[in-house]
Amino acid sequence: MADDLVIGTKRFTSRFILGSGKFSLDMIDLVMKNGGVEIATLAVRRANAGGEENILDHIPKGLTILPNTSGARNADEAVRIAMLARELGCGDMVKIEVIRDSRYLLPDNCETIKATKILADEGFIVMAYMMPDLSAARSMAAAGAAAIMPLGAPIGSNKGLLTKDFIKIMVDELDVPVIVDAGIGRPSQACEAMELGCAAVMANTAIATARDIPLMAKAFKMAIEAGRAAFLSGPGRILHDRGEASSPLTGFLENGE
Amino acid sequence: MKVNGIDEGPAAAKTVSDLIRNSGLREDRVAVEVNGNIVPRSDYSITVLKDDDSVEIVGFVGGG
Repeated sequence: MADDLVIGTKRFTSRFILGSGKFSLDMIDLVMKNGGVEIATLAVRRANAGGEENILDHIPKGLTILPNTSGARNADEAVRIAMLARELGCGDMVKIEVIRDSRYLLPDNCETIKATKILADEGFIVMAYMMPDLSAARSMAAAGAAAIMPLGAPIGSNKGLLTKDFIKIMVDELDVPVIVDAGIGRPSQACEAMELGCAAVMANTAIATARDIPLMAKAFKMAIEAGRAAFLSGPGRILHDRGEASSPLTGFLENGE
Repeated sequence: MKVNGIDEGPAAAKTVSDLIRNSGLREDRVAVEVNGNIVPRSDYSITVLKDDDSVEIVGFVGGG
């Protein structure tokens, strides 16, 4: 049976969303392919005169482009960036990212809720990057977000799933897909997020800063698939105060009768 | 005319299309705002630039 990731009106088979930052352009194609990636994020910036190589020429055909609103410090700026991104002609998905804190790069949930409302009303498929907070996530979902993207740790930190307990609460309580974005540094952490019931994992720096980048992309793919399978299979129970033999309890070569 | 925040003096390009071409960029790889308003790609060749216009030309770059 198909186990698709559904975001708004879109369906995907891969649950690994990969950021395209920090890679050399000639690496992008291989990384996306090794990761089995179907959604890649991009940023919008001023185009440099002279036209250096364009990243769109390096992203495998058929991938869904997910523009982010990085650089936005409030809802209005996020909306402006999203509108420009849509004009670039790669669809109507957007990852809202509103950041005012320049040291830890933590998102501003209030401004993100505002931007979500405006952009969802404009017909965008909104994915909201956010500080894991259930109330804020509910407001984003009510405002029309198609997916909620809580951070695991600060962007680019590779510190892992520091917000695990709060992400688990969001997975349990929300009806929209919860996708961990930011901070995931190891495949084991991506796997854990999927075991918790996250719909997908987004990463970038973890792969871009690995020694063998294509191999790490593959490792993340396998970890995310393993975590998803574990979630679907329903992990076994934990015994806190005793053990339980897995082998028959009859003694080996014990004298009978 | 201002292009991406830089004062370029009197408008050398007649239309948005001219400006994109003169900048060595491709129309299908950029989005353009003139004075804060998005110009649809289909209007690039008919959007005439004036000396006091402020133009933003953006495109995709790598990002997470």
